Amino acid sequence: MDRTPGCPLDLPVKLRELAKTAPVSRVRIWDGSTPWLITGYAEAREVLTDPRASSDQRLPGYTFAAPQAKAFHTRNRSMPTVDDPEHAYLRRMVTADFSNRKAEALRPVFQRTMDELVDAMLAAGNTADLFADLAVPMSSKAICEVLGVHHSEGERFAALGRIMAVPGSPDSVHARVVEDMRALLSSLVQQAHTDPSDGVIGHLVRAGELPDEEIVATALLVMAAGHGATAHMTTLGTMALLTHPDQLELVRESRDPVFIANAVEELLRYLSVAHLGRRRVAKEDLEVGGVLIRKGEGIIVATDTANHDPRAFDGDPDALDLHRDARHHLAFGFGVHQCLGQQLSRVLLQVVYGTLYRRIPTLELAIPVDQISYKLDLAIYGVNELPVKW
Amino acid sequence: MTVDAGRGFVRINLDREKCIGSGQCVLAAPDWFDQDEDGIAIVLEGTASEEDSEDVHQAAYTCPALAISLDSE
Ligand code: HEM
Ligand code: SF4
Repeated sequence: MDRTPGCPLDLPVKLRELAKTAPVSRVRIWDGSTPWLITGYAEAREVLTDPRASSDQRLPGYTFAAPQAKAFHTRNRSMPTVDDPEHAYLRRMVTADFSNRKAEALRPVFQRTMDELVDAMLAAGNTADLFADLAVPMSSKAICEVLGVHHSEGERFAALGRIMAVPGSPDSVHARVVEDMRALLSSLVQQAHTDPSDGVIGHLVRAGELPDEEIVATALLVMAAGHGATAHMTTLGTMALLTHPDQLELVRESRDPVFIANAVEELLRYLSVAHLGRRRVAKEDLEVGGVLIRKGEGIIVATDTANHDPRAFDGDPDALDLHRDARHHLAFGFGVHQCLGQQLSRVLLQVVYGTLYRRIPTLELAIPVDQISYKLDLAIYGVNELPVKW
Repeated sequence: MTVDAGRGFVRINLDREKCIGSGQCVLAAPDWFDQDEDGIAIVLEGTASEEDSEDVHQAAYTCPALAISLDSE
């Protein structure tokens, strides 16, 4: 949906109008179908916690964001696309690796990587592409750590991750890179049978419950769900701060981890990078906000719009206010499919925002805001590159 | 587990079957929630203050799996 006019970080105008008048309404989408669109915060929570609102993409009525998504997801069944109890079974197998304690233990690792990347940026001159030079390698590091990918494989992984993250590569190139990634992960699973490392791959091998192909699929899922989202959140968060100098000042001057953590929550809320809506389909009739949704009807929960609902957030939700209490945002979704990597992302983003402006206090955009190009069609909102200078 | 809410007590009910290990409760009320070695939430023993009650309410509100409920006593 067109985000102009106004700030490219603002929500699409049409959505904002809908949110005001109709928290639950019907829309017509690309394939001619007319799913329900949920734009209110309370209504979004209601749907996302209702077991009758299914994530099963094979059910008729499920709405896809684009034809490619439809082709991909109907082929691949995985944690985000199945309901409980199958979902709970798959998720519980990996929750240990995504706990708060595990994420917190990675803080010094992320800090070291961050410091090295900033050192490299500073050594290379006074300009950089914040997306390719910082956000993508940070994100690769996070995924490698959680999967248990180390050493030379880590470098190979990062190289493939870079190509997967960089936009505009033709579908054929993309498909080949995904296959290379699959092959790399397969060999890591093989290796783990003799020498199980820490992390998701080693744990799943040791647990011995899933066949190897499904362990590879799970690792690929973690990569696909986490890599881009984290890289884009890192980049767009920086862009949001660079275009809100008063808020940037607060982050640059702060030495308070509690404030930085709060700033991360507000940036997650404000940007809501997972912007194409959580997609569901009614398995049974259900009522939300006084509206009856019938079995078989598709539902798009616009968590980005819900995150700007003035009934749920104090002050002006369209403004970026790093002191706001935004902890109840829906940027990681809500309900049983809420993001598995959320604590990992939080720690990573706290390290990035807490370090970058302190290390490079004169950081600014290197091109005018209106020349930045966006990825509107991907599941995650982001920019193709973010040229910065200092 | 019951928490002193200043003006009375609240009981924390945690349904570990529902828990998806999101860690939201641990973030909101670290004195009251932790995760076991599988990443599934547990309620901690402890003494409570009025502030804790706010944290505990925040934990229940942000639990994505609706696994936490509070009863006033
Ligand atoms: C700031 C970065 C991130 C954002 C904004 C984000 C956003 C989301 C959202 C909105 C969902 C819910 C999908 C739904 O309800 O249909 C989700 C699910 C998921 N995310 Fe993230 N994510 C991020 C980072 C990560 C990372 C780093 C990982 C892994 C390392 C990850 C792994 C997953 C997985 C596996 C799911 C599916 C969970 C399930 O179905 O139970 N995410 N994410
Ligand atoms: S907030 Fe809910 S789902 Fe998340 S860890 Fe706590 S009890 Fe489990």
